[in-house]
Order: sequence, then C-alpha cells, then structure tokens
Amino acid sequence: MPVITYRQALNDALAEELERDESVFLMGEEVAEYNGAYKITEGLWKRFGDKRVIDTPISEAGFIGLGVGAAMMGLRPVMELMFWSFAYVAYDQIINNAGCVRYMSGGLINCPLVIRGPANGGTNVGATHSHTPENFLANTPGLKVVCPATPADAKGLMKAAIRDNDPVCVMENTLLYGDQGEVPEGDYVIPIGVADVKREGTDVSLIAHGRAVLTCLAAAHRLHEEFNISAEVVDLRSIRPLDEETVLDSVRKTHRAVLVDENKPFCGVSAQIATMIQEKAFDDLDAPVQRVCSLDAPAIYSPPLEIQQLPTADRIIQKVLAVCS
Amino acid sequence: MSVTRAEKPKKTGKSPVDYAKAPINADLTPKQKLGFLADMLRIRRFEQASLKLYQQGKMGGFLHLYIGQESVAVGTLALMGENDHAITAYRDHGHALVVGMSMNECMAELLGKATGCSKGKGGSMHFFAPDKNFWGGHGIVAGQTPLGLGIAFALKYKGLKGCCLTYLGDGAVNQGVFHESLNIAALWDIPVVYIIENNQYSMGTSLARSSAIKSCLAERATGYDMDWDIVNGENLYEVRAKTWDAMQRAHEKCRPAILEIDTYRYYGHSVADANAKKYRKPEEIEFYKQNHDPINLWENRLKEEGIADEAVIKKLDDAAKKEAAAAVQFAEDSPFPELESIFDDIYYEVDMGTESGQTGRHFFND
Repeated sequence: MPVITYRQALNDALAEELERDESVFLMGEEVAEYNGAYKITEGLWKRFGDKRVIDTPISEAGFIGLGVGAAMMGLRPVMELMFWSFAYVAYDQIINNAGCVRYMSGGLINCPLVIRGPANGGTNVGATHSHTPENFLANTPGLKVVCPATPADAKGLMKAAIRDNDPVCVMENTLLYGDQGEVPEGDYVIPIGVADVKREGTDVSLIAHGRAVLTCLAAAHRLHEEFNISAEVVDLRSIRPLDEETVLDSVRKTHRAVLVDENKPFCGVSAQIATMIQEKAFDDLDAPVQRVCSLDAPAIYSPPLEIQQLPTADRIIQKVLAVCS
Repeated sequence: MSVTRAEKPKKTGKSPVDYAKAPINADLTPKQKLGFLADMLRIRRFEQASLKLYQQGKMGGFLHLYIGQESVAVGTLALMGENDHAITAYRDHGHALVVGMSMNECMAELLGKATGCSKGKGGSMHFFAPDKNFWGGHGIVAGQTPLGLGIAFALKYKGLKGCCLTYLGDGAVNQGVFHESLNIAALWDIPVVYIIENNQYSMGTSLARSSAIKSCLAERATGYDMDWDIVNGENLYEVRAKTWDAMQRAHEKCRPAILEIDTYRYYGHSVADANAKKYRKPEEIEFYKQNHDPINLWENRLKEEGIADEAVIKKLDDAAKKEAAAAVQFAEDSPFPELESIFDDIYYEVDMGTESGQTGRHFFND
C-alpha cells in the first residue's frame, strides 16, 4: 500500500471525483492558479481547467451561498474555506440555507454540497484563525460533519462526502497535512458515520476525533510503556452522523472512558459523547467519564502556551491515571 | 440601457414611454392580458383570505402580505421560459401563485398542515416549487441573493440559456452578502437578474433613513460594472418590457443586472407589525390605494383597450374569491402533520433509505 501525505490523499480524492463526475467542481480562495493556500488543490486547475477549479474573490458568504444555490440545482460543489474559522462570515449560508433548505421545502430540495478546509488550533495564528466549529455545525440537523485524522481517512471520507446527497462539512487540520500514512489505492471510500478503533485496549477507552486521535495514540503508547495500562483509542471520524455502537462497545469492554477533544469544553463534541455514555452505558462504567478539552479560553497566540492549551498526552495520562488507579 | 439618477422617472402612474408597444408586449393576446389581471386578483384574494385566518388565530408566526405589489410578481414571472428560474425572500405568496403553485397547497402551508407545499415545515416565508423553477421563499433578509447567483451559475455551468430572477426588498440592499453576490455576478458574467421590489420601507425604516443614496437603490450596480434600471412597478407593460430587456441580456450575454421596481405595500411589514400605521401616515397608504393600485390601473388599461368591462372583471374577481375560499376550506379540513414526520425531510440519504442514510446515528433524541 502506498505511503502518501494527508495532503496528497485529499488531492487524490478531489482529482478522482473531478474525473469521475462532471457535476463536481472546486471553488474557493486561491484554489486554482495559486494551487491552494495549503496546496491541497495543487495541480488540479492545470489539469481540469477554469470551469472545474475556480478562484473566488474573498467573499465567503457570497461564494458559499453560490455553492448552495448550485447544489440545489444538482451540481456537486466542493467549496474550500482557507480556514474553517472563516465560515463564521458565511454562517447564514451554511446553517440557514445549506442546513435548512431541505426541511423547509418539505423534502423537495436537497443540497449535495461539500465545504472543506482546516479547522484547528496549534499554529500560533491567534483566536480568529484557530476555531474548531465541528460542534456548532453538528448541532444543526441537516448538516453532516467529518473530521479525518489520518491520510487514509482523509481520502476515504472526502470521496464519501462528495458523493453524499446532503451537505457535508469536512474538517481537516493544517498540522496533519504533512503527515504520512498508508492509503489504499483505487476507489477508496469510507462510509460517513463509521468510527474506527485505531488501537485496541482493555483498561480504558480514549475517544477522540481529528488530531486529538493522534494525541491519544501517543498517550496510549506511554500508558502502556510507563504504567502498563492498556488504552483503546476510538476515532469517531464522523461527528454527525455518529457511530454510537463502536463507542459504546468500547466502553462496555473497558468500563472507563476519557474523552479527548480539541473543541472547547462547553457544549463541545465530547459533551455529547459523555451524555450518550451515561445514558446508554452507565451500568458498564467503573469510573466517572473524564474529559480532556482545549483550555477554555480563546486560542492564545504565545507558541509554548498554545501547545499547553490544546489537549496533550500528559493531560490525557493524568486523567487516565485518575480513573484507573 | 442604464439610466442616470437624473433620469429616474417620477411616479406619476403614466410612463413617458408607451411600453405597451415594446416587442414583448405588442403581441400579447387579450386572453394573456386578462390572465395577468386574473393572477393579480388571485394573489390579492388569497392574501385577504389568509389575513382573516391570521386574525382568527389559526396561523402561527409571521404573515408578510404582498398586497399592493401584485404587478411586480405578475409582470416579471410571467416572462419565465423553460430555463429561467426564480427565488425570492419571505414575502413570497405572490411569486408562488404566479409560478403555478396552487392556492390549496399554499393556504394549507400557512396553517401548518400536512397538505401544505412544505408539509407544514416551512410556513408563510418558505414556499418552494423546484418543479416550477421556483426556489423559495427565504426568511433571512438578502440570504437568498447568493443562492440566486448559484442557480444562475449552475445554468451557465450546464450550458443552458436561462437566468435566475432573484428578488429582494429595498432593505436587503444594505446586507453585505448582496454586495458580494453583485461583485461575483459581474466578475464572472453570471446570468442573474436582481429585482429590488422597492416598497419604500424596510420594516418600519423608510428608505431615507436606511440608504446613503436616497434617490435610487439600483444605481449601486455601477459600483460593480453592472447594468441597472428603474421600473415603475404599477405599470405592468413597463415591468414586462424592462425585465425582458434584462433577461435577454442575461440569456444572450450572460450579463447580470439590477432592476429596481418601485412599488408599495398596503399592510405592515408583517401582520404582526405593531407600528404599521405609525411610521407612515394613513393618508399615504390611502393615496397609494386610490392612485397607484396596480390592479385598478391594469383594469382601467384593459377597459381602455376594450378588452374588459366591469362584468368581465367581476367574473375574474369572483373566481379568485371562490378559489381562495375553497383553499381556506381545503386548508382547514386538512390534517396536521404526524409527530413522526418531524424527522423526515432533514437528510436526503435518510429519507431515501440509502446505505449512507442508515449508517451512524443521525438524530439525537432519547
């Protein structure tokens, strides 16, 4: 199996879907001639031309709204937000129009739209560029949200998102773009709504999405080496729809759960997971559910502090030790 | 094509140009002209019937009445061809009826019934009929303006010769997303025709208190190298002629345009508008009713042309009243949606029972 970067996996997914379906087009700031601010779309404009890969003015509300309208007409727009943080100026278009148009039309309209881009902190760009809005968007019935953590998941989920007939928000991570991993060749599609056990274990379940999955894997390695604790790592992959069974199966096996989330704690994704576990697996728990989230302040600029603001392996290990003692 | 601000026609009821002779109007048959009257009457009688239901407490939320503006929807939407599309804001009843939605499904939607056009899920502001190229019905001021752009973009992408008539009110011109849409439309040659229905008030705020340029809203198009025009909305011939010009430019050259159609609403911003008669004088409303009512003016025109007399007009009006009364009956007799239906029509994949729709949990109830 070839080893490629997360960036290349996304690029391959986009290229394959552009090739496969004439109704797919890419649009966003700097996606075409500049080859993408983060080079996710590198080479695609040259290969597919002006009609299929389109640079926009800096008008997120305008071009995301355009994408919603085009999707209502049956096209499959893949819209890049240079940062998911910029979605906040297009919020009305995403929530009210992409998210609600099917419902308000009584099912007469559907919106096969993909909005993609990085949604992460940890790059020292300050609070305005470091938002992780997966919880906000997953709070809207009508939208789907996926957060791939590995190159293989990035490719498979991106292809599934483009083929899906509902609006899908794909949240990537600039810190992962250079990561390498094995990615199956050919038409590799991962169904949306299926979690993945990234590491098996017996003593505690670490449940996470996006880059926090990798932090969990690092923590699990150290827990094994230093404390002889066997941690299972469950990658949600998809926030909405949510694979509850995989999470609950893991908790029923380990009887302990630590939820790790680069979201802020208040109404973050992990808050929903915690509720679900107490509702459906309370009797299986041997300890209270714990959470490790981003520290509850706007994303700080100062580089050494921002590292501490995001979930770290140390903080995860402390929480695990508290429930495994 | 575009006029300068100094040339903006005065609202006199009579245009300096005889737009009846414009190519798009010259060949109209008496039947078509009576059809326009019938449609305007249908809108008015539908809305008057809906107002009664609202006052009887049978409707929730908002009811934004179009009464007084009928000539705009009728004059513009009747021009739509196979590949022309339309989208509007929340004052959408008139547009819905003109594109061919039935009074029954619209009235039932107002009452939140399962037989409504959106199965009771949208309400007054959210009527849709994609099979009739009508894409709503949108509640957030100017939120529909980039959607119209996207619909027109899709037409061009598919190589279809059409345009999207995208309606907005005078208050919507001050929203940022409208300006983003104008820039993109002109930059990329998108065949969208923006139609500002200028009824002079954005809720309770007059144009003079909301727009830096007070005399003309369409002129903002010059900032985006876009064609624009001012239209006397009470003159159906003028509405048709100028809208057709803009549609032709969109069809042939993919050029967008802004039309500002002067019109007037008799009721408040919505029926719930407590100050409907405070921010303007009752005499002003009465003046418009007496002198600028688009239905009266069209009736007079048809009489002058020898196409209609009082008897013909009464017959059309009676038919509209009867249709509206039947729609009220239909709506009242219809059932409310079942509680289980609250989870339908959220995700296409779930509704269709596809593999994707059955993977993972989509709804988070107990």
